[in-house]
This record gives sequence, C-alpha cells and structure tokens, in this order.
Amino acid sequence: MTDLAATDPLPKPKRDLAPILLPIALALVMIPLIGSPSTWLTLTAASLAMGMMIFIMASGLTLVFGLMDVLNFGHGAFIAVGAYVATLVFAPFAASIQADSLWVNLAVLAPAALLSMAVSGALGLVVERVLILPVYGQHLKQILMTTGGLIVAEQTLYALWGPQIIPMPLPTSLRGSFILGDVAIAKYRVLATLIGLAVFIAIQLVLNRTKLGLLIRAGVENREMVEALGYRIRRLFLGVFMTGSALAGLGGVMWALYREQVHASMSDELTVLIFVVVIIGGLGSIGGCFIGAILVAMVANYGGFLVPKLALVSNIQLMVAILMWRPRGLYAVTSR
Amino acid sequence: MMILSGDPPRSRVLTLVLIVIILALAATPFLFPGAKALNVAAKICVFAALVASYDLLLGYTGSVSFAHTMFYGIGSYAIAIALYGMGPNWAAVATGIVVGLPLAALLALAIGLFSLRVAAIFFAMITLAVASAFQVLASQLSWLTGGEDGRSFQLPELLRPGTVLIPKGLFGFEVNGRILTFYLVFAVSALMILALLRVVNSPFGRVLQAIRENRFRAEALGFRTVFHLTYANCLAALVAAGAGILNALWLRYAGPDTSLSFSIMLDILLMVVIGGMGTIYGAIIGATIFILAQNYLQALMGVASKAASEAGLPLLPGLLHPDRWLLWLGLLFIASVYFFPTGVVGRLRHDGGDKGAGASH
Repeated sequence: MTDLAATDPLPKPKRDLAPILLPIALALVMIPLIGSPSTWLTLTAASLAMGMMIFIMASGLTLVFGLMDVLNFGHGAFIAVGAYVATLVFAPFAASIQADSLWVNLAVLAPAALLSMAVSGALGLVVERVLILPVYGQHLKQILMTTGGLIVAEQTLYALWGPQIIPMPLPTSLRGSFILGDVAIAKYRVLATLIGLAVFIAIQLVLNRTKLGLLIRAGVENREMVEALGYRIRRLFLGVFMTGSALAGLGGVMWALYREQVHASMSDELTVLIFVVVIIGGLGSIGGCFIGAILVAMVANYGGFLVPKLALVSNIQLMVAILMWRPRGLYAVTSR
Repeated sequence: MMILSGDPPRSRVLTLVLIVIILALAATPFLFPGAKALNVAAKICVFAALVASYDLLLGYTGSVSFAHTMFYGIGSYAIAIALYGMGPNWAAVATGIVVGLPLAALLALAIGLFSLRVAAIFFAMITLAVASAFQVLASQLSWLTGGEDGRSFQLPELLRPGTVLIPKGLFGFEVNGRILTFYLVFAVSALMILALLRVVNSPFGRVLQAIRENRFRAEALGFRTVFHLTYANCLAALVAAGAGILNALWLRYAGPDTSLSFSIMLDILLMVVIGGMGTIYGAIIGATIFILAQNYLQALMGVASKAASEAGLPLLPGLLHPDRWLLWLGLLFIASVYFFPTGVVGRLRHDGGDKGAGASH
C-alpha cells in the first residue's frame, strides 16, 4: 500500500449509523413508557453495566468465529472457570474484602481478576490445541467437540469445588449506591461499566491502530489472502483465542460479583445469552457485539420492569426482530 | 428385508448385538424381575426412538439442533396436561396426541423457516436459544405446566399396574396394565424406528445425505434443499414428540427434569455419537449402552469412590463420585468424536461388514 504514489487518501468506508442509534432510540422511547425519570435512569445504568459484562464475555467468541470460522460452544466454560478461580483468591482474603476501604478491596479484587484471566487464557491454549486444532474447518465436529469440552469442564468444576453454590460477596466499598438527587446508581454497576468501556476501547484501539489489529481484521475478512501474504494466521488465531478466553474469565468474575454467587451452571445460562448477543451483532464484529450486548441488557431490564412475564422470552424476540431487519446481524463483516 | 427398508445392519456382529438387545428388551418383564429393570428397558425403548429421530437431523442432514428436547418435552407435556386436565380416559390420551404432534411439527416448521432466512451457521445457536426460552417458559407458566414440579397424572384404567389382564396362575407370570404399557412403549418405539429407517432409505433420504455432503451441489442438481431440510426437521420433531408421549405415559409424569432439561439434550448427543451418526441402528446401540451405564455404572463408580476415599487418595473420590459420571462420558464423547467419528456401528461395519454392501451405499 505504501507504494501508492497518489497523495489523495483512500476513500473512507461508509459509516453505518443505524445500529448505533438503535439502543439510544430504544432508551429514549422508554422514558414516557416507564414514566418516572429516576427509575428510567436507574434502569438505563443497570442495562449499561449488564451490557458491558456480557460484552466482555462475548467479545472473544465473536472474534474467534470471525477470524477462524470456529464455533466454540464451550466458551461458557471459560466464564465459569474464571469465576471459580476468583473464589480461590477471595477465600483467604475474606477480611480484606470486608474492609471498608476501596484500595484494600481493590488490592484483592485486581489480583483475583488477573489470576482468573491468566487461568482462563491458559485453559484457552489447551482447548485450542487439544479440541479445536484437530477439527479445523469442520463445523459439525467443532460443535460436538466444544460441547463435549463444556461438559467436561463443568463436571470437573463440580468435582473440584462440589455441586453447591459458592457465595461471592461484593467488597464492602463497592456495596451501596451513589445517590444523585432521587436517582440511585449502584457503585458496582459504575465500576462494571467503566471496566467494560475500557475493554471495548482497548480492543478497538488494538484492532484499528496496530499492525496486529490490521492483520486480525484482514484475517476476518479474507483468511486465505493473509496467509498468502506470509503471515502465520494459526498463531494469530491462537493469540485471539487465548485473549478471548481470558476476557471470558474476567467477565465471569464480574458476573459472579454482580450475582454475588458462583455456580458451574452459570456457564450454560450465559452461553445462551452470549450466543444471542453474537448473533445479533453479526459474527466477527466487535462493534456489533457491543451494541448487541447493550440491546440485550436493555430489553432484559426495561422488559423486566414493564412486563415481567414477557422478559422471559425477550432475548428471542429481540433476536428475531433484529434478524428480520438484518439477516446476518447488525454488522455483517464476514463474507460467510 | 422389507421391514428394514433394504438397509440391514451389514455386519454379523452388529446384527447379533441388535438381536440380543431387542430380544432382551422384549423379554424384560419375564426375564428380569423388579421395577428397576422394567424402567430401564422402557427408557431404552423411548430413547432409542428419540435418538434415532435426532440421527435423522445430525447424521443424515448434518445440521446440529439443540432444540430436540423441546419437541420431546412438547409431546410429554401435551399428554400430561391432557390427562391431568381431562382425567384418566382415552379421550384425553387422544387429545394429547392430536394437540402435541401438530404443535411440535408447527414449531419445527417455524424454526426451520426462520433459520433459513439467516445464515446457515446460526442454526445451532438459534435452536439453543429457542430451546432455553421454551424451558424457561415451561417452568414459569405453572398454571398450565405445574412449573418446576411438573404434572403427575393417572393413566386410563387398562394401563394401570393394578389391572390384572392374565392372572399369575396361567403362565406363572402376572400380566398387568404396567406390562401392557411397557409393550405399548416397545411397539410404538419400534414402529417409529422402522419408519425412520424407511425415511432415510427413500429417495428423500438420499437427497438429505446429498445435502449433508455438499449442499451447493445438491442445489445445483435441482433439489429444493430448503424444502428438504425443513421437512426433515418436521419429521424429526414429530418422532421426538412421539417419544415424549411414550415417556410421559410410562412415567405417568412430565416435568422439566425428565423431558426438557439441557442435560437430556447432551445425553441425546452422546448417544448418537457413541452409537454412530447416520446409521439409525446406532441409536439403538447408543441408547442401550448409555442408559445401562447411567443406571448400573453409577453404582460401580460409587463403590470405587468410596474405596478411593477410604484409601485416603486426594481428588479421586470427587472425580469418581456417582454424580460425576457425565465427566467420564464427556471425555468418552470427545474421544469418540475424535477417534471414532462413525461410532460403534461404523466400527463394526468397517471391521466385520461385507465390503460389497458397504460400497453400494
């Protein structure tokens, strides 16, 4: 590309704004329906926090599919593993969790999250090498293998930790809410939103501003071409897979703190949720995944408030509606 | 070979194993005393039919659906709700069948048509999402389904255990309503499996296999793949609902754990893969191995776990605990997808089957 003599810049790709406007429009439409502005603000903040957590968990899955056409049905296992590993750190430092100081709390929380990410990432390495490498390019076997992996991971967690629900108390300084006027926003939700935004921005920066990101994006669009140019895309893919697994682990810790409990069945429950998000967003699209996660969370929160019975199947309704509008998800980045 | 639709097991060992299984199932009420043996045999019959219907999808069209338990559950709940609401009479049984089967087929049609609109790759994910929504719905609509408790009901007079059809004095066995129910389950399951065998060996079944091998080429040959895939989905859903009806009739109960849970879906997947995909016979083998293991191997694991904990070994007691048997089956599952993708039936056919029949396939 550097050989181009022409000084005029390459034509910019057209920006597709409709999907971005969708969650904003949805939030605005809800104001009159919900009535009270303070309730609306609380619900919106809750949706944002929940959406960010789902995004963190789903981002790896969408990239893995986009880059290598690999359908990982065992992605949920990384989430549960991350959450369980965090309990290992939490248990011996229960006193620091109880302490009413943000810094003491964070001193436990941060290493716990990092350890979870490391373990999930390492597990990702094993899964990629053992389960996925032998069945590249065969969707049916990928689905079967990774589903088998999910069963094994879940059962191993039960065997190691026992089948009971493990409580995971929120650190004291993150309990309670910020009160602004008559609006209450839970402190932990603010933290979750901030972490989610940071992850999103980091992913976007890596994808759009670095050579690595350029290769990943090129690989998503046309794998053979990148290989033909001499890049070892398998290694690139392994890196993306491990990062995705690590992020799933981080998401697992955050989700466990949000629910204040850990159980291996969370992997099943969240697998469905992140699949819906990834399908809505368009397989392989980070931006779509981000918007999809927020939409799913908004529908869950607003729907849960307005029509609790309907909220049970709201994800499916949202998915059907979006796919009727755009059959390949909000942003179709792959040609597959 | 009319009854097998010209598709015999094609392996001497396999034929022998199948004959043994079928004779043992048929003779269970007389050979193995006790309620447990009869329960296991009935479950094998029901699951053989259910797994065979899933094989029509997975093995013959190559599409992975996670919504198969949903259809199974629709059948179970339809008969349970009908018998619960209308009382134990044959009209209620008929109502359950007349409502349950078309409902399952319609839902399969809807899912089929919807997922055809989107990329084919979404199919597995969409079925998973729909199935989980259905499961939540079934556990929440407790006025209809009984929620988490499910619905227990009574069978019509003729099928109750208390009804003695042939008194003990005549043959030395008492033939009661329970045994009649067992043979009902056995016969209907066998009929459904034979019907599936007919379907996969018809020209329609050949087209399904062509789609599995290369959808684009099948389309280029002029087959409407959309029609064939949706039709196969509906047929599989019908048989699954039928198996669900049998299951509910046998258990006299329908609830989320016995007819809808995700773990049943995993069981079905394991049975298909272990038995052998794309063979129908694999369903009988897979269901038999799996359910025997589920019922008798767990006891063995319990003994081993106890022994390990008494010997003071670390970790092993937890790993060998009877509740963890899915762990070992999961490992077996991965190994069999990797090493024996054709399952038990494929192995047997490959080793001992006559090569001529294999080549014409």
